[in-house]
Amino acid sequence: MQAVIQTDRLTKTFGHFTAVDAISFEVAPGEIFGFLGANGAGKTTALKMLTGLLKPSQGKAFVAGYDVERYPEEVKRRIGYMSQRFSLYEDLTVRENIRFYGGIYGLSTPDIRRKTGLLLDKLQLGAQADALVGSLPLGWKQKLAFSVALLHEPRIVFLDEPTSGVDPLTRRQFWDLIYEAAHQGVTLMVTTHYMDESEYCDRVSIMVDGRMDALDTPGNLKKHFSAADMDEVFRRLARPDEPVVRDGHVPHIFKSPEE
Amino acid sequence: MSRFSAFVKKEFRHILRDRRTLMILFGMPVVQVLLFGFVLTNEIKNAAVAILDPSKDVSSISLTNQLLSSGYFRLERNLSSTEELEPAFRSGKIKMAVVFPPDFAQQLAHEGKAQLQLIGDASDPNAATTLINYANAIVLDWQAAQNRSAAVPPLRIEAQTRMLYNPEQKAVFNFVPGVMTLILMLISAMMTSITLAREKEMGTMEVLLVSPLRPIQIILGKTAPYLVLSFVNALIVVLLGMFVFGMPLRGSVLLLAGECFLYMFVSLSLGIFISTRANTQIAALFMSGLGLMMPTMLLSGFIFPRESMPMALQVIGNIVPATWFNPIIKGIMIKGVGLETLWLNTLVLGFMALFFIAISMRNFKDRLA
Repeated sequence: MQAVIQTDRLTKTFGHFTAVDAISFEVAPGEIFGFLGANGAGKTTALKMLTGLLKPSQGKAFVAGYDVERYPEEVKRRIGYMSQRFSLYEDLTVRENIRFYGGIYGLSTPDIRRKTGLLLDKLQLGAQADALVGSLPLGWKQKLAFSVALLHEPRIVFLDEPTSGVDPLTRRQFWDLIYEAAHQGVTLMVTTHYMDESEYCDRVSIMVDGRMDALDTPGNLKKHFSAADMDEVFRRLARPDEPVVRDGHVPHIFKSPEE
Repeated sequence: MSRFSAFVKKEFRHILRDRRTLMILFGMPVVQVLLFGFVLTNEIKNAAVAILDPSKDVSSISLTNQLLSSGYFRLERNLSSTEELEPAFRSGKIKMAVVFPPDFAQQLAHEGKAQLQLIGDASDPNAATTLINYANAIVLDWQAAQNRSAAVPPLRIEAQTRMLYNPEQKAVFNFVPGVMTLILMLISAMMTSITLAREKEMGTMEVLLVSPLRPIQIILGKTAPYLVLSFVNALIVVLLGMFVFGMPLRGSVLLLAGECFLYMFVSLSLGIFISTRANTQIAALFMSGLGLMMPTMLLSGFIFPRESMPMALQVIGNIVPATWFNPIIKGIMIKGVGLETLWLNTLVLGFMALFFIAISMRNFKDRLA
C-alpha cells in the first residue's frame, strides 16, 4: 500500500543548530504513529515541516502524496490538526466552532449542517450545541476538538500532545475515538508525554537530538531494549549513561546520589 | 461558504459577543469628544466681574455697557470702594474687576487719556489672561468708536488681529481631530494587536496556520472587522463635532473618508507589527498603549503644541502617524483644502503603511509559526 507520509533525510537547521537531522520514515494509511521525544528533541520542528508550516532545509517529505515544500496548500487541505490547547474558541458556542472550522476548510453550508448534526449525535452534545465551549468540561472539549479536526475528512490528523492535563479515564475514552478514526482509514500521528499512551500506538518513533533513534512497534522496541515498558525504552535511548531502575516505579530524579 | 467569509464571520462573533469591550469601543469616542468639547474649553463666557466706578459719568457708563453686552462678562456686583475688591476676589465670586478713576470722562476730555485698571484672578492664570485680553480688546474697540465720533481724530496706529478659520478660537476645532487620531489608532492598532495576540495565547493560531487559510487571509480576516468599527467611530466623531459643536466640513467628504482609511491602514499595520512581537494579550496591550497611545496624545501636537517642544521630541514626533494625520483632518474640515496642499502628509502616511506592512508580513510567518 502507498505510504501516506514519507520522508527522505528530512533536515531542518537553524543557523548552526540542527533541529531535525536527516530523518527518514514511512507511515501507512490507517496507522497510529507515535511520535516521542524529550522537549527540544526536534519533534515539534519535524511536525511543523510535515504540516507545511516550516520549509525543510534539506531532504524531502511527502504528505498525502504531495511534496510539502512545493505544494504546502495541497497538503494543508488534506490534513487535520489538533493542538494540546484544544484549538477551540471558548467564547463561541459548540455549533459556531464547528461551523467556523467547516468554513475555513471550504465545506459547503449544507455539508456543514449535516456534519454538525452527525457530530453532535455521536458525541451526545446535542443539548450543549448552543452552549459556549468555555463552559464544557475538559474531556468534552478535547473530544470536540478531535472531531472538528476530522470534519473535512482529512487523510492524516496530527495530534500534538492531545491528552495533556486530562484524567486517565477520559484519556482512555479519547483513545477509543482515535481507534475509531484509524479503523476508518485515517492516519494518526500522535505526540505524547505519556509513555503508557505510546503502547496504544501501532508503531512508535523516538527522537533524540534531532535524530530518529528508534522506530518500531512497542512490542519489538521493548524486546530489543529488553525493557519492561515503554518508559524504560525511552530512558535507555534518551539517557543511555543512566542506570535503569528495574522496578520502574522510582523516577530517576528522586534517586539518591549513592544509588 | 468561502473560507475567508467564514473567518470574518467568526471574527465579528468574537467582537459582538464581548459586549463590554464593544460598549467601550463605541462609548469612548462619544465621551471623549463631549468631554474635550465641553470641559476642556479655552473660551470663556459670562465670566463674573465686579465694577468699581466712582465717576459714574457718560464715558464710564458707556464703556461698562459695552463690556457687559459683549457676552463674555456678566456683572456680579457693583463695588463702592477699593476695600471691597480683595474680599470679592477671595470669595471666588468674581474672576475680574474693572476699576475706573473718580473723574474718568473729565480726564479723557481734558488730557486725552485716562487710566483704567483691569484686575484678574490669576490663581487660574489661563482664564485670567484670556479675560484680560478680551476686556482689553473691548476697551480698544470702545476707544476707537469714541475717536471716530470726535471732530479731530488723533493719529494712532491700531493693530488689527483676525483669527482665521476659527475666529472664536473654539477649542473643539482642535480636539475633534485630535480625538479622531487617538480613537482610530486605539481601535485599529490596539484592538488588532490584542486580538491577534489572543489567537496565539489560546493556541488557535497554530490551527489557523495549519489550515488552508493563507497568512494574508488570516491577517485580513482579523483586521477587516476592526476597519469597519474604526470607520463607524470616525463617522461618529465627525458628526458629533459638526452637529454638537458646530465644526465645519469645508473640504471634500470623500477625501476625508479616504484619508481616514489611509490612517487606519497605518494603524492596522502597526497593530499587526506589534502582534508579531507580543505573545500575550497583556504584552500587546502594553506595547500598543505605551508605544502608540502615548506618543499619539503627547507628541502629535494634539494636546501640546509641537512648536514649543524641544528639538529631540519634535524629531520623534515626526515618526508618529498622528503628527501627519492631524493636519490633514484640520485642513479638510476647517480650511477646506484638498490634496494640492495635503499631498506630502498623505504620501508620508502611505509610506508608513507600506513600511510596516512589509516588515510585519516578513515577521508574521516566522514569528507565529
